Amino acid sequence: MSNALLQVKDLHVQFNGQRKGQALSGLNFEVAAGEVLTLLGESGSGKSVTLRTLLRLHPEKNTLIKGEIIFDGQDILSLNPKAINQYRGRKVSMIFQEPGLAFDPVYTIGQQLTEVLRTHEQLDASAAQIRALDMLERVQIPQARKRFNAYPHELSGGMRQRAMIALALVCKPQLLLADEPTTALDASVQIQILLLLRELQKETGMSVIFVTHDIGAAVEVSDRIAVMYAGRIVEIGKAVDIVSKPLHPYTQGLLASTVRHENRGSPLVTITGSPPNLAHLPKGCSFAPRCLRAQVNCLSEQPELASTDSTSFACWYPNS
Amino acid sequence: MSQETTTPLNTQDRGGPAQPILVVNNLKKYFPVRSGLFAREGKFVHAVDNVSFSVAKGKTLGIVGESGCGKSTTAKLIARLINPDSGKMVFDGDGVAEYGGIALKEFRKNLQMVFQDSFASLNPRLTIEQTTAYGPTVHGVSRAQAFAQARSLLQRVGLAPEQFATRYPHELSGGQRQRVNIARALAYQPRLVILDEAVAALDKSVQAQVLNLLQELKSERQLTYLFISHDLHVVHYMSDEVMVMYLGQVVEKGPVERIFSHAAHPYTRALLSAIPSMDPAKRTLKSPLEGDPPNPINPPAGCRFQDRCPLVKDICRSVSPMLAPVGVVYDHTVACHLNLEPPPHE
Repeated sequence: MSNALLQVKDLHVQFNGQRKGQALSGLNFEVAAGEVLTLLGESGSGKSVTLRTLLRLHPEKNTLIKGEIIFDGQDILSLNPKAINQYRGRKVSMIFQEPGLAFDPVYTIGQQLTEVLRTHEQLDASAAQIRALDMLERVQIPQARKRFNAYPHELSGGMRQRAMIALALVCKPQLLLADEPTTALDASVQIQILLLLRELQKETGMSVIFVTHDIGAAVEVSDRIAVMYAGRIVEIGKAVDIVSKPLHPYTQGLLASTVRHENRGSPLVTITGSPPNLAHLPKGCSFAPRCLRAQVNCLSEQPELASTDSTSFACWYPNS
Repeated sequence: MSQETTTPLNTQDRGGPAQPILVVNNLKKYFPVRSGLFAREGKFVHAVDNVSFSVAKGKTLGIVGESGCGKSTTAKLIARLINPDSGKMVFDGDGVAEYGGIALKEFRKNLQMVFQDSFASLNPRLTIEQTTAYGPTVHGVSRAQAFAQARSLLQRVGLAPEQFATRYPHELSGGQRQRVNIARALAYQPRLVILDEAVAALDKSVQAQVLNLLQELKSERQLTYLFISHDLHVVHYMSDEVMVMYLGQVVEKGPVERIFSHAAHPYTRALLSAIPSMDPAKRTLKSPLEGDPPNPINPPAGCRFQDRCPLVKDICRSVSPMLAPVGVVYDHTVACHLNLEPPPHE
């Protein structure tokens, strides 16, 4: 799409703290207005790092960021601290995996919601309270007025995640970053939260980047899915195409190793080995050491994302 | 007599294959809640409330339920990591920790546990070889023999001893650490292994490897598994029988295929339909269950599922349903007043 809301171009992130690692190596993607993109991958693939980089949450001292992030015509990596504060929470906001840790335990839910409104929209206390209560009702928290004065620890996991979503959406951001919002929840609550996110997205028309390792959850919410491996996107395309006709061997392996009903009674198909160490990434394709189709050139040359009609993939020997 | 049979780790099969390896009767654990200095009595978390079941030899019993339903407490009670308030256990014909029965120390050799958090359950100061050999040496195996056995176990779970034996837990990935935990559990040559969310923290591709390993080890060593998980796909894959728990009680139990196709409890049905579909054309449109699991502190009289049940009747609010057989099907039991018709087979 030509007028993308967010463009990420050749993004590299390197951590130089106590542990070194190349977390992202050359990430390219776009998110259109009103689109839900899922970043799907295993731990260490760079999904969460991508989200944190989009909000510039990494300590600048020991993080090396190269590349470009263009949001709504603005270059995010060159914003000054004051502009960053306006950008975070107002235009782009984030929900985290563990809502119990993301809230400040010493303030009530209501105080935290109104604080955001009073900072970003300069509302007075009573107007902020009306907006905040309205938001709590929109995320379907029962007895919103009572919960408004509750502390985070007084809410159950599902309620806390709803409150977290309310906090993220109260300033009507254009882009919501959802970092594994349902991983810590029970299946029956997970589906409620996924449905809520889908509903709110339709209602507000915002874009969402949804990060998960659960293919089922990804399929439930997303328009497009980007599969990440070792800091790169290895395959990106419409959710249907990724699930039904994956081309990259990693995507195929990931789908095959997901336990389904048909698998009972026979051994599961697995991807041998484990993800590479980010401090010593292999030279060529980072999936080559685990790949059954790897040839000599896979070990030395890095494949670029190449597009077909339906999906783009980074592989020398794709298989349909 | 070969050396194998003289080791103190040796166990023998008594009672034959028909005798369940573990029978649990009316297991109960209430945790007291102290709400203030002067309000010291009254409130209890009903973590496990009158749970009875048996595990057949060589089979896998899957326990499913949402967080707070008492799955893990049940596992800890069985392993006696915490003491039950009441209830009895019979391990292969012997009462556990009772007069004339099997001593706790002996019982624990026969039963091992693998936990969810692979890092927290390993001693960070021991190499994985030392960790694996530690238990048997405590139980009286010579050091040399325990280490030799540890190395062969590590080899078996896919960690080449030449490369891994002298590593510390922090030098391994999550999947590798969980393999160490499995090797350590097997070092006692147990007969019953409790897997408490053992694969929940692993990535999908690694999870499949560990599940395959567990299945191979089970048939190699005639193990019996108690497999606790909230992932219904994984439970379906691993289990022969499934037990569904809700707020400290068993609401349904039966053979895995029966539960997954003909669930008789509204809660089991809701759980099954809460699994995200893998097909974008078949997205979930309505949440099968409203609300969160209720608080296990002083639960309501009658059926504990009453507040979330879409089909609740008057009787559910006053009388607790008992586990009863469903129709004529052997060993499928449900605790529900509604007598739901089995759904048409999909």
